[in-house]
Amino acid sequence: MPWLAGMSGLLVAFGLYLTWFVVPPDYQQGETVRIMYIHVPAAWLGVFFYGAMALSAIGTLVWRHPLADVAQRAAAPIGAAFTLICLVTGSLWGKPMWGTYWVWDARLTSMLVLFLIYCGIIALWRTIEDPNRAARAIAILTLVGAVNLPIIKFSVNWWSTLHQPASIMRMGGSSIDPSMLYPLLEMILAFTLLGITLHLYAMRTEILRRRVRALTIREAERLDTGAVPIRPVSAGRTNQGFQTTP
Amino acid sequence: MSLGFDLSPHAGFIVGSYAFTALVIGGLIVRALRDNRAQKRALAAFGDGAGERS
Repeated sequence: MPWLAGMSGLLVAFGLYLTWFVVPPDYQQGETVRIMYIHVPAAWLGVFFYGAMALSAIGTLVWRHPLADVAQRAAAPIGAAFTLICLVTGSLWGKPMWGTYWVWDARLTSMLVLFLIYCGIIALWRTIEDPNRAARAIAILTLVGAVNLPIIKFSVNWWSTLHQPASIMRMGGSSIDPSMLYPLLEMILAFTLLGITLHLYAMRTEILRRRVRALTIREAERLDTGAVPIRPVSAGRTNQGFQTTP
Repeated sequence: MSLGFDLSPHAGFIVGSYAFTALVIGGLIVRALRDNRAQKRALAAFGDGAGERS
């Protein structure tokens, strides 16, 4: 984990160096193009984490694997945060370039819907107390929401939008000049590694949280059946120190 | 510090974008660290060895 975090930090630092000191200004956007080096990676991660959550949802519903639910729960706030970054930086780019912070354009609206779905999933998790019930409900909601992913991707092709069409992954190769494309790809890689690092760390924390919950329930049950702990909570490796009251 | 170029007339939008991103990502990192520490403390209170691992 420290290696991943270190590599993420180095890649982000290198990406920022490229963005601020190497990338030339765009002939139309001028210096404002520098916003794209955080907007595009954030948009990618917003979609990437939702895709990962949809796969985890299948793992929860089909195989009922507990790690799938852990992965899904850990991914939601991270995906929501990057989607929010995408929306806000896009808005801050839109004002000087389009003359407005927001339009109800298909791409912008579908990204806003993605953010709202993230918020709904996080809220639902906080609403349902039983983790197993929550996992199933959220897995279903996540899969329903996954319909939005192809809408986000193809919105610029299906509808006439103010948002530009695909310029990195498209037939015939990227339309971006290599002097701008490679730093952008570097920032996408850096953000992805940072996101994965945060996700793995959040998964470890979620596993700890579930262990705490299981121990809390076990202790409550033992106390409820008349058992008392031999010693109060303290250092040591065992939590088996309970005895039955006479 | 001079960056070797002039951000104006859109400096506010550019710097604002980076500042917001730094704020959100910084918040994510701080939240992750605090949450992890809180769970480890809770586990340690139960005397669970796993909570003591780094």
